[in-house]
Amino acid sequence: MKDFNRYLPHTAEEIQEMLEEIGLEKVEDLFKMIPPQYRLTKLLNLPSPLSEMDLLRSLESLQSPFYSSFLGGGAYHHFIPSVVSHLASRSEFYTAYTPYQPEVSQGTLQAIFEFQTLMCELTGMEVSNASMYDGASSLAEAVLMAYRITRRRKILLSETIHPEYRRVIQTYIDPDHHEVVLIPYLKEEGRTDPHSLFHHLDREVSAVVLQSPNFFGIIEDLSGISERVHQEGALLIIGFSEALAYGVLKPPGLFGADIVAGEGQSLGIPLSYGGPYLGIFTTREKFLRNMPGRLVGETIDLEGRRGFVLTLATREQHIRRERATSNICTNEGLCALMATIFLSCLGKEGLRELSLKNLSKAEYAKRLASEIRGCRIGFTSPTFNEFVLELERDPQEVLRELRREKILGGLSLARFYPELNNHLLVTVTEMNRKEEIDKWAELLQKTMGR
Amino acid sequence: MGRIRDTGLVQEEPLIFEKGRRGRRGCSLPEWEVDEVKPERVIPSHLLREQWEGFPEVSEVEVVRHFTRLSQWNYGVDSGLYPLGSCTMKYNPKLNEEVAKLQGFSKLHPYTPEELCQGILRLMDELEAFLAEITGMDAVTLQPAAGAHGELTGLMMIRACLRDRGERRSRILVPDTAHGTNCSSSTLASFQMVGIKSDERGILSAKQVKEQMNEEVAALMVTNPNTLGLFEEELGEISEIVHQRGGFVYCDGANLNALMGIVKLGDLGVDVVQVNLHKTFSTPHGGGGPGAGPVAVKKELVPYLPIPVIERQGEKYYLNWNRPKTIGKMRAFYGNVGVMLKAYAYILSMGGEGLKRVSELAVLNANYLMKKLKDHYHLPYDRPCMHECVFTDRYQERFHVTTLDIAKRLIDYGFHPPTIYFPLVVKGALMIEPTETESKDELDRLIEAMILIAKEAEENPDLLRQAPQRVKVRRLDEVLAARKPKLRWSPK
Repeated sequence: MKDFNRYLPHTAEEIQEMLEEIGLEKVEDLFKMIPPQYRLTKLLNLPSPLSEMDLLRSLESLQSPFYSSFLGGGAYHHFIPSVVSHLASRSEFYTAYTPYQPEVSQGTLQAIFEFQTLMCELTGMEVSNASMYDGASSLAEAVLMAYRITRRRKILLSETIHPEYRRVIQTYIDPDHHEVVLIPYLKEEGRTDPHSLFHHLDREVSAVVLQSPNFFGIIEDLSGISERVHQEGALLIIGFSEALAYGVLKPPGLFGADIVAGEGQSLGIPLSYGGPYLGIFTTREKFLRNMPGRLVGETIDLEGRRGFVLTLATREQHIRRERATSNICTNEGLCALMATIFLSCLGKEGLRELSLKNLSKAEYAKRLASEIRGCRIGFTSPTFNEFVLELERDPQEVLRELRREKILGGLSLARFYPELNNHLLVTVTEMNRKEEIDKWAELLQKTMGR
Repeated sequence: MGRIRDTGLVQEEPLIFEKGRRGRRGCSLPEWEVDEVKPERVIPSHLLREQWEGFPEVSEVEVVRHFTRLSQWNYGVDSGLYPLGSCTMKYNPKLNEEVAKLQGFSKLHPYTPEELCQGILRLMDELEAFLAEITGMDAVTLQPAAGAHGELTGLMMIRACLRDRGERRSRILVPDTAHGTNCSSSTLASFQMVGIKSDERGILSAKQVKEQMNEEVAALMVTNPNTLGLFEEELGEISEIVHQRGGFVYCDGANLNALMGIVKLGDLGVDVVQVNLHKTFSTPHGGGGPGAGPVAVKKELVPYLPIPVIERQGEKYYLNWNRPKTIGKMRAFYGNVGVMLKAYAYILSMGGEGLKRVSELAVLNANYLMKKLKDHYHLPYDRPCMHECVFTDRYQERFHVTTLDIAKRLIDYGFHPPTIYFPLVVKGALMIEPTETESKDELDRLIEAMILIAKEAEENPDLLRQAPQRVKVRRLDEVLAARKPKLRWSPK
């Protein structure tokens, strides 16, 4: 008996019985329709099967070591209450698929309905879909949606948007149909240059895309923008990568955003080296029918009881095919469930408190760093839980020295912004203990003194 | 008052927002440790949130009971047979879940320096090699987050390669049996979709492709086995025709579960194929994701792979971001790594021999089911199938019973319904994919239920039209849901 047979229940006898029923002699006969010249004669060249214990051991050995981390930039260390993983590990949730059959999927459907409500609240918008792949692809879909609505080709993209998100937008759009104008940031303040933005804003613009907090951790001042954008008949799209910021920040919806699209990883989803994460997508009710992705709606059953179904599917690929609003089918359902559980645990007060703790610890670290000789806070605008640090030494060297003490001291910005080659993006969350921040600052001081 | 009803263990459960009390909380937060910063001190007050409307305020116990009850209204693979055609709802090994939760992976930040990520990079590199071996292709990207995302990635690579060649081919040939995603992915990649008919056998004929293939066509997008569960017998020849006229062959690998170790798509002339890890490679579907849709390509398309690409210098793995011809990025970071870990563990659990067995048994199960049911349900294409088979409601029509009724009645017998009304070329389709992890006993139970339902359709059709009865909610008013969309809870 082979180990892999634990997933394959057939006995040799049963296989024979079944073949007889079909009228075949041997298993190979099942594949007679495949032209013989293509049929493989050798086994696939893969490692031999491992038992559960051996497999677990060999995978354990591939794990990365634990370092104290000040990394962020679109993926954040946050505490995840035990409840989240326990409940999301209920296999009735995770072994189900898309709730096409509502009578046997009310659990998934109600949870998504709750998720949609929470996302509307978080972003200050009217409608939310059931999730997208991640923040970057969600933002790219928002840009495509703005084009569907306005039929205009120009997109104003702030340079302070996460560089990987910008790259995804550039990949999603077709240069034959769209033109991207990059809006620079103010060198002192680190926020999008409003003069440049308004200078480029005209009646050819389909969307203005900003991120807040932006890639430098800076809270963009969104007031007064939507009015100017709407005057020109364009849409305002706000992206984000740190959803937790909205526990304390006024949500983009209250600044007149038309689409809010970003990353929900901070809401109870593990880092997992970059995925799976959670694309959030919310908009105004008037744009509902242009939205990508699945939607869950409330309705009643034959007996008048409340129930939930997938709805407005005529926008989607399985009905509308080549005229669908997007090609998305499988989304990030389980991550949406995790975010729903996470936010339910935190509640109104917990979310605010957690946000404030992030803000407070980041401010603490910022203060320590600003007192170090050779360190300067990179930009003057307000930040949430990350900030840019300008160093008088090569950041790569500094990071290497911190790494010797098992600290990942920040993210060097040179890769994304060549002009910021002396700059570090530092992220501080509730996960960074005070003593850890102190040690980080101490080592930073030491290396700068060298 | 009036909130208690004798619903037994199928408890009523309000929305989370309708529960709890003001001031309740379901979590503990870490110590402040540093002075609390009043946000007004550092952030202009017009940028601060003033109030919340509808956020829950519940205890941990309430959260746990709430979601436990919700889960009990769901049916998953762990609940029983889930023969949803084209979705490959096979058993999701628990070991794989453990692997993805190992903290040295789950707590790993994507911007961690490469020197500290050698293990995971090696694993990803090996997974790429495994998938290349299974599909018979030259290189793989793990970046796409789902099957449709993989389709889009593949088509964009084809577009980039054609533009590099100085060609402006605008069309994609898509068979009438295709998944809806194939059509919408074509549009999203700026191609125009052109339909191509499958023949009376239910497959594409080389003759038909030859007629429609021309210098306007960028690619043929074929699913093999196709959505009728049939092997595209002429694909080898078809690929040659497409290649001769300068086009590419894209294969939707959603149905790869039938082919592992049996035939390699690359040998059939396929140039690009996306692999759905959440189907063939046993990672759970998560109630609608996350999945993963790696894309495997032949040599000519390698320069266009999305960045970064995992490469090796001596013993050291690194991420190469510097690839001038790349299409760019399809999402942030490197893909759904948590899903890749599960697929990797699965491939290592099975090995080459195990994966071949998987495909053999998946095809055996489908053919057995087809044989046992074809006297009771109309089989539009009566020929050996691969991993799934498609019936219709034609025999039941005269009793005014539809595919939908049959599907709903199956719920009363304790099964998840098959995929219904797809593929579109078959009127009233019932698409059944049992997968290899179902035993003969389970299949016999499903067969018995299906035969009983066929009989009920004749004798007591109302039973079907009223189904399901033994569920939390009965048939739901979908028209109402679409006419008056209520997509969120609102405070009164």
